[in-house]
Order: sequence, then C-alpha cells, then structure tokens
Amino acid sequence: MSDVQRMRHGSSIGLPVTRRDGHDKVTGQARFAADNHPTGMLYAVLATSRIARGRVAFLDVAAARAHVGVVEVMVPGNRPALAIHPDDKSVPFSFKMDLLQDDRVRYAGQSIAVVIAETLEAATEGAALLAPRYAAEAVEVTLDAPGAFVPETVGVGAPAEQRHGDVEAGLDHAAHRIETTYETPLQFHNAMEPHGIVAAWDGDALSIDMPTQGLALTQMRIAAFFGIRMEDIHIRSPFIGGGFGSKLLAGPQVLGILAAKLVGRPVKLVLTRAQMYGPVTHRSATRQSLRLGAAADGQLTAIDHHVRTATSRHDDFLEPSGGISHSLYASPAIATTADAVRLDTGTPGFMRGPGEASGSIALESAMDEMAAACGIDPLEFRLRNYAEVEPITGKPFSSKALRDCYAQGATTFGWAGRPLAPRQMRDADGLLVGWGLGTAIFPAMMFQAEARAVLRRDGTGLVEAGIHDMGQGAWTAFAQIAADSLGLDIDQVEFRGGRSDLPNAGIAGGSGHTATAGGAIHAAGGQAIARLTELAVADPRSPLFGAGNVGVVARDGRLVRWDDESRGETYGDILARAGLDMVEGQGSAAADQATAEQYSLHAHGAVFAEVKVDPELGQVRVTRLVGAFAAGRIINPRMVRSQYYGGMIWGLSFALHEHAAMDVRTGRVMNADLAEYRVPVNADVPSVEAILVEEEDPHVNALGIKGVGEIGITGTAGAIANAVWHATGVRVRKFPIALEAFSGA
Amino acid sequence: MNRFEYIRPRSVAEAVAAAAIPGSAYLAAGTNLLDLMKIGVARPGRLIDLNHLPGLDAIETLPGGAVRIGAQVRNAELAHDPEFARRFPAVAEALLSGASAQLRNAATVGGNLMQRTRCAWFQDTASACNRREPGTGCDALGGENRMHAVLGWSEHCIATHPSDFCVPLVALDAVVEIEGAGGRRDIPLADFHLLPGTTPERESVLAPGELVIAVRLPAEAAGFAAHARYAKLRERTSYAFAVVSAAAGLRIANGRIVEARLALGGVAAKPWRAEAAEASLAGAAPDADAFRRAAEIAMAEAKPSGDNAFKIELARRIAIRALTQAAAGTPDRLPALPASSFASNAGAPNMGGLHV
Ligand SMILES: Cc1cc2nc3c(=O)[nH]c(=O)nc-3n(C[C@H](O)[C@H](O)[C@H](O)COP(=O)(O)OP(=O)(O)OC[C@H]3O[C@@H](n4cnc5c(N)ncnc54)[C@H](O)[C@@H]3O)c2cc1C
Ligand code: SF4
Repeated sequence: MSDVQRMRHGSSIGLPVTRRDGHDKVTGQARFAADNHPTGMLYAVLATSRIARGRVAFLDVAAARAHVGVVEVMVPGNRPALAIHPDDKSVPFSFKMDLLQDDRVRYAGQSIAVVIAETLEAATEGAALLAPRYAAEAVEVTLDAPGAFVPETVGVGAPAEQRHGDVEAGLDHAAHRIETTYETPLQFHNAMEPHGIVAAWDGDALSIDMPTQGLALTQMRIAAFFGIRMEDIHIRSPFIGGGFGSKLLAGPQVLGILAAKLVGRPVKLVLTRAQMYGPVTHRSATRQSLRLGAAADGQLTAIDHHVRTATSRHDDFLEPSGGISHSLYASPAIATTADAVRLDTGTPGFMRGPGEASGSIALESAMDEMAAACGIDPLEFRLRNYAEVEPITGKPFSSKALRDCYAQGATTFGWAGRPLAPRQMRDADGLLVGWGLGTAIFPAMMFQAEARAVLRRDGTGLVEAGIHDMGQGAWTAFAQIAADSLGLDIDQVEFRGGRSDLPNAGIAGGSGHTATAGGAIHAAGGQAIARLTELAVADPRSPLFGAGNVGVVARDGRLVRWDDESRGETYGDILARAGLDMVEGQGSAAADQATAEQYSLHAHGAVFAEVKVDPELGQVRVTRLVGAFAAGRIINPRMVRSQYYGGMIWGLSFALHEHAAMDVRTGRVMNADLAEYRVPVNADVPSVEAILVEEEDPHVNALGIKGVGEIGITGTAGAIANAVWHATGVRVRKFPIALEAFSGA
Repeated sequence: MNRFEYIRPRSVAEAVAAAAIPGSAYLAAGTNLLDLMKIGVARPGRLIDLNHLPGLDAIETLPGGAVRIGAQVRNAELAHDPEFARRFPAVAEALLSGASAQLRNAATVGGNLMQRTRCAWFQDTASACNRREPGTGCDALGGENRMHAVLGWSEHCIATHPSDFCVPLVALDAVVEIEGAGGRRDIPLADFHLLPGTTPERESVLAPGELVIAVRLPAEAAGFAAHARYAKLRERTSYAFAVVSAAAGLRIANGRIVEARLALGGVAAKPWRAEAAEASLAGAAPDADAFRRAAEIAMAEAKPSGDNAFKIELARRIAIRALTQAAAGTPDRLPALPASSFASNAGAPNMGGLHV
C-alpha cells in the first residue's frame, strides 16, 4: 500500500486542525524563554558599541559596579575562558561571534560588556554608566565601498558564478533587450520575540531556556564553546516567537551563559529591540544588474544576473540573489555572477528566503519590464517562458503545478482584461489602480532528522522528536503526522518536542522542517507499526495470523487485514498477548542525493497584486494580494495558509516599507525600533488570499512535502513593484519604493 | 536604576510649585517622555505626574461658544467627543490620523503639543545635536534627512515638530493657557512653538516649570465646520508620522471663499500657519487655480535642508488636497482611514467603520 493511500484513510493529514498550542498562547500560558525565572536568577544587560570600527578605549566599570544592585560587570578581562575562539566556525551554519574576546569593535551594536544585576533596571542603568570611550576608525558601510572582490561561493556553498549557454550571443540575437539595475535595502531581523536566554549552570551541566531553530546545532555549538559534553546541555525551546533564520544557532545569548558562569547564578539575558540591529544577522543590501534578451515572439534568449552584495569585514555570508535565475524561466543562456564588498557591519545571514527574496524582486521586475518591451501581457509572457525542465541544469522537476497556480490565481484575482499599458485604471475616488504579477519559487530542501515512536499497551502512542515551533504550527502539524504514522487519533498520541533531550529533529530552516522531521516521525511510526505487525502476523492466536502476505494496515488503533478490514484487533490486545508494555520504532529522514541528482526540487507559486496609488501624492497601498502556491502535500491547510499570508506580507514589506537607515558616516542604524523601521500594519494589508493548489509529488521525499515557510515572500514583492508600474507608469528600481519616486510624476 | 523623584501633586498650584526645581519634568501619559528617558535623551531628576490633577481633563464649551480643552484630555477622548468633532471636524480627523489607537487612548493634549521631534539624531545620544545638547552641532545635516524641515529651519537645527493635532489647531487660532510661578498667561498657538534660529534647544515659549493647562479654540473656529479637512501623507497606511500634512478650513458663501485657513505639518519646527496663502484665497472661487496659487504662496519661502526637496512639492500638493477636500464639504462621518488618501477604503472587504 502506498503512503498516500494510507494517509487518506482516517487521518487528520490535510485537515485544517486548529493550533494545539493556541489556547496556551492566547491565555498567556505558553512559556517563552524569557518567561522563566529560576530562583536566584540575575539579569544581564548588554552594553553595545556605538562605533562600528575601532577599539574600546575605556569603560567606567567602577561606576557600573558601584551602582546599587549591580553584581558584576563582564568585560574581556574577566570573561570566563572558552574552549574555542569565538571566531571558530566548525559547527554548520555558524558565524564568527563577538564574545568579549578583546577590545576590538567590528560593527555598531557589538557587545562590549555585560552588566549583571539583581534587577533589569539596575543592569540597564549599570550598562549606561559604563560610558565607553572609543578609538574610532573610519567606516565603510555601503555597496560602493572600495575593495570589491569576487567570492568563490555565495549562500551556503553555492558557486558564485554559474553559466549555461552563451549569454552574449543570446543578447546579440535578441529582438528586445533590457538592461536594468535594482537595489534592495539592508534589512534586519525583527521577530516579535527578541533573542533571549535563561541560563543556569550546575557544575559542568548547563540548563538553558532559549528560542532556537536548531536544538542540536545549538547544543553542539555551546558544547564546543564551553568544552562540555552535548548531553550535559539541556535546552528547552517549546515556543519561538519567530526565528526566520536568525535563531538557528546560539547568538549573543552565549554571553548570558558566560555571565551565569561568571557569577555562579542563573542569569537571564534578553536583547532590547534596538540591540536586534547588530549581532543577530541581517539581510545585506544588494545591487542587481539584469540583462535580458527576448526574441520577437517573447521567448527569452538570455538571462544575465549579476549581484553586488556585502558581507562583514571579518566573516562571509553572501546573499545568493542570483540563484533564482537558475530555475525559474526557460532560457537558452543563463549566467549568474556575484561580487561583494566588506563592510563594518555585523555579518549578514539567513533571513526568510535568503537570496530568493531579494533575487525575486529583481528578476520579477525585469521580467515585467521585458513583457512590456515585448508588448505582451505579463502572465502570457511568463507562460511563453515556462520552464518545462530546470533551465540551468536541464533536470526535470519532481513536480511542478505552476501552470495551475497561474490559472487559479488569475481567475480568483480577475486578471483577465488587464490593460497592457500603464496608468489606464482608476477607481471611483480617482486613485490610480495597477495590477502586477510575480512568480514565486523556493527549493524543496531536506536536512537530517530522527524521531522515536512508541505504541503503548493502553492503546495510546508517544512520539518524540526535538522539533521547533516558531509559530508556524509545528506542534500541530507534527502531531498530525505522528498520529497518522501510528494509525491513531491525534488525541491518543502524546507528542513531545521542543527540547534537546529528544531525538535530533534537525533544524527549522530552509522551509525543510516539516518534510525532514515529518519524514523521520513518519518512519518512526511506520517502524512501530511494523514491529506490532510482526507480532500479530506471527501469532496463531491473532486474527491477523498469516496475513503478512496480504498486508496489514493500521487504522484507528487497530491493525486490520488490507483485504478485509473486519478482520483485525487492537494494538492493546496484540501487546497484551505478547506480554509487552510497548513497541518502539525509530525513524530518520535526510536529503536523498539520488533524488536531488535526478530532479529539480522546487515549490512554485504565482502572486497577483493590486495597488492603488494616489496620483498626486504617490502614496501606495496594496489593496489586494492573491497568491496561489503548489508545494506538494499540505499537512495542515490552516497553518500553511498562515505561512503564505506571512510570507506575502513580508513581501509587501520588502516592496514598500522595510529598510534600515544606516548613517553611512558612523555605521549606526538610525531607525532601530519598530516605530521607524517600518513593517506593514493591518491597514496596509486589507485583503490577502492564499490558494492552495493541489500538487502530488512522488519523488521529493517520503511524505511528498515541499515546504511553505519562505516561498510566500518570493514573487510578492515583484508583483507589487510591477503593479505600481502598471498603476503609475513609473518603474521604481530602488526598494523599498519611496514617495520620492513619484514626486516628479 | 536611573533614579528620579516622583511627585504626585494634588493641585495645579502644587504642580507648578514642585516644578520650580530645575531638572523637573511634567509627566502626562509618558508616551513620549518615558521613551526618551529609556534611551537616555531625557534624564529628569524629578517627575511631576499630571495624571491626578483635578480640573485638567474637561472639554468645556464656554459662554460665547469657545471650547476649552484641558491639558490632560486624552487624544482619543477629544476626537470621539461628538459635539467637539461636529464643530471642529478637522481637529478630530488630525487626532485620529496620528499614532495608533493605543497611543491615542493614552496620549494627552498637553503632551501632544509638547512632544519632542522625531529626528533620529536627536534620539541618538551618540550623535551631535544642538537641540539636545546646545553647541554640539547637528548630525542630521549630511545624514539621511529626507524627513526634515523645508521651512523655518536654520543651520543649527533642521528638525520638524511631529504633531498632527497642532496643525488644524494653529489654523483655527487656538490659544494655549499657561500657568506658572508668575501666574497665568495665554499665548496663541501660532506663537507657542519656536523656530530653531541659533537656540534650537528652546522649543516653546514655556519658561522652565510652566504648565500648559488648556487649549482654547475660539467660537469663530467652528465657523469652518462645513468645510474643514486634514490631509496627511505618510509612508504606510496608518501608524506613521506625517511626511507632510495640511489642515484647511473654508467659509464659503455664494460660490466665493469668504475666509480661508491653511496650515502645514511636517515641514517645520512648528505647525506652519500659511497666512499669506489664506489671504490669497479670500474672495476667490474655491477652485483648482486658487488652491494651486495658495499652495505656491504657502511654500514660497521653502528650501530643502538636505535630501528633502521632494517634500516641498509634496507640501504644495497636500495643501491643494486639503483645500480641495475642504471645498467639497466636510463628510458626515469621518472616513474609515482619517486624513488618508485611501479614506474610502474601496476594494477592502470586511472593513466596517473606523479602521485606524
Ligand atoms: C510610535 C509613536 C507614533 C506616534 N505617531 C504620532 C503621529 O502620527 N502623530 C502625532 O501627532 N503624534 C504621534 N505620536 C506622538 C504622540 O502623540 C505623543 O507621544 C503624545 O501626544 C505625547 O503625549 P503624552 O501625554 O504621552 O506626553 P508625555 O510623553 O507625558 O510628555 C511629552 C512632553 O510634554 C511635556 N508635557 C506633557 N504635558 C505637559 C503640560 N501639560 N504642560 C507642559 N509640559 C507638558 C512632558 O514633560 C514631556 O516633555 C506618536 C508617538 C509614538 C510613540
Ligand atoms: S536637526 Fe535638530 S534635532 Fe536633529 S540633530 Fe540637528 S539639531 Fe538635533
């Protein structure tokens, strides 16, 4: 029997089960890291650098220490020793860190001391009393900094340069050519929950409450720093108030662990909102130059996508914006190249759709410009350049329902009849109206995960996996998969996750958590059922005796014959007869190299945007967003829809709002708060719809899941930019789109 | 902790007496002051809490029709007072276009007048700022200063006053009632805030320790009720300060403007009354030409203080918008998105009344 058949029978998979943690969250009972207060706990507050490059010349430690309530001030001189240097990067996905190793300052907002006190207020004032003096050096913080270099890799080990076909020839022969440059801004992580930790040492054992997207990686990183065993580190991360790539590993929270070690008491450290604009990674600015060629009929002849980006002076992360051009549109010639500058900023990192988000806005804008140059409707233009195989590799897609996404999105949105020329539509109030389209795409990734499943004699199940709930609904979706794998009702299964003492469920990142950890859970449950089946079919007293050849299926707490469901018995009966309290299964899941070599694995989508623009004032509002996405099997449509909404709203933010205003003279972010670092408010998102397009993928992984966490941000920003052009006739190539763009219009 | 004295006076006289000590600050809702204290921009030694003073929270209609608004009246309370909103619709619209519902529920009339600039360098104690620390310089010059002033600025300071509320108030000849050690005085709002000149640290005419106890709108201000609007350009649909804004009031008879009021926000260190523009409208037909001319006059003296030349044109356009909307007549109900380009909310399903 195929998995698919089993899942469709009596399972909650595919049903919009409500959040299992919803009640706890709305009643305030969900305990986030910073809600913990072990006895004797002290408060730690970071003192951060106001300069972006240079040295800390003086800290008034005496003044801070003298302040009532201050217990200790941690500076490079008294910071407990670490087993490895903070710049060590031996753990996957890690970056060089600033853990008070010396007096150097590498970016504004870097930690330069930690004040530990009896109260948060005392620690805060103590940090202010440090009144640092600096030896400052001149800074570079823009993409025009000198010393541009060509990196070998971008993102996580992707080649910085990729070519297929002859781009110059493709451009030479093109009937239409466009050459444009798009700029995307510096963006910072602003999850609702800032990075925090409550750390308590007990000898060499460490107990931690901390939000993390990667329990085992974090454990590994901390073990390396402190020279202790992974199993002596216990991390609880039941709820994460948003991670988006910034909470993969221990960040500045390591300073909280050091502080706890220094004072020998539990310590809580929580970053302020302003402190989020430094050490927790960010999305670097990009400047993307696109050259597209198209034949007279609108067939692309070449895509050339060059990305200028930036990394820190001391470490490497290059936003891989060109990657999107490899897989999206058919073109006989594709080239992606990159160069970068080194800046006096923190190191950039993973931020929802790293590469795809910033690359998509440029590619989708360029595609729209080309559609206009060819005089073709943007949807028709994309269909003419529909990639039947992955353009850069020639591999088939494991599945690709993008045509359905275009069709369903267009119908729901009402795309038909869109005038080709811009500035043709107005609403009753005289506002300019425009419609735009963007294609969404995101790779279906898998990492590594393990899980354990148990069937108990009382007929209930237990499933354990160190999964991570970032608000995306992991508690719910994994419980659904767990129950399905055991053939039990969801309420009959105890599900444990969010802790480091459970099987390693990998990371919640790369939109691959459900596929990977879900695959492991599925396998673990399958093995428990298989063990139970072995017991039954080998036992002459069982109605299933000898049914091994026909097949046995798990259903509602019973094993039944595949060919005759009336013949079967309960799990409890099987275990009781065997004299067992339980059977256990273990499962794991990982990326399958063979599949990845054979197929291109991607989720797809189409996002349609309507904007209204005030013709005199240039204020833009996105009045409608419709996204249609195909991402393989959907475990829980309610959660998935929310992921799409969130992604699309971030796309809106990308197009219209978000940007860090860095003072280029000092390297300080001048809008480091949520009043001035603009993200959309409710009134900016009057209508957003997500359509779940059916797609069955027999290849991508055991569960047929492609992942939905990041794709929504792709496509959307471009769709909005294109709608703005359609409304106004003004093509804005610098994001976020600002009022200045229209003041001459 | 940052230690300060906290005083809860029981009368205005007690409050004013308590404030005689240098380093004192009045605490209204604290939506601005407490933020500034947390980031080290304000470090008062003594907070004098106005929240328990009797008599500062009333909206009274005085004999003759003037209205007197106590300094502690909350922004939301005033905007939602039906009689007030009927007589002074542009003021209500301006109030509801500001901040967020939560902030408006707390923020006070006095606090809104006295709120500090949102200039990023003013808020960053590591930057030079003449307004915060006289004589240190102005780091906004040469920074990303697209939101800064285009009127009335000096090379010592290019900050703007961020209030929406003050813009229609100044257009309507509001008067500020002040109580201090030296007794009571009234100051027209137009003269209340100071342009920076060489002393940007002096933001208003209040002497140290003086308390705003009320704002008065004269009876004549209600004469514009039929044609009064506030228009605000912002960078998201709600919860953003004005890039530029304008309050307009017209008295129209027989197809002619009898009297016009026009003030601009977001352009200067004070709410900017455009009296010459108003004069140009008197006797004119309320049409596009007249409004364009008035807007030109209003911005005639404007000059960019940095990357903000675009604001000059936008200020003209927002003035035209407010005048045009005022001429069209005050709507019976405040739009769902007050002062917004997207007031009618067309295309937005499931949205009932006020959504701000
Ligand atoms: C995120 C954010 C967005 C905002 N957006 C807007 C907006 O769009 N438009 C807008 O207009 N405003 C906006 N505001 C500003 C808000 O309206 C002000 O914070 C508020 O009006 C201040 O009122 P308060 O009562 O809290 O004053 P407080 O913070 O208590 O006081 C502010 C200052 O006024 C002084 N003060 C207060 N009362 C008196 C008095 N009676 N006499 C003398 N001095 C006094 C205080 O000493 C202090 O210096 C925003 C604020 C925030 C935080
Ligand atoms: S503009 Fe004014 S408030 Fe801003 S930094 Fe300059 S002096 Fe200070």
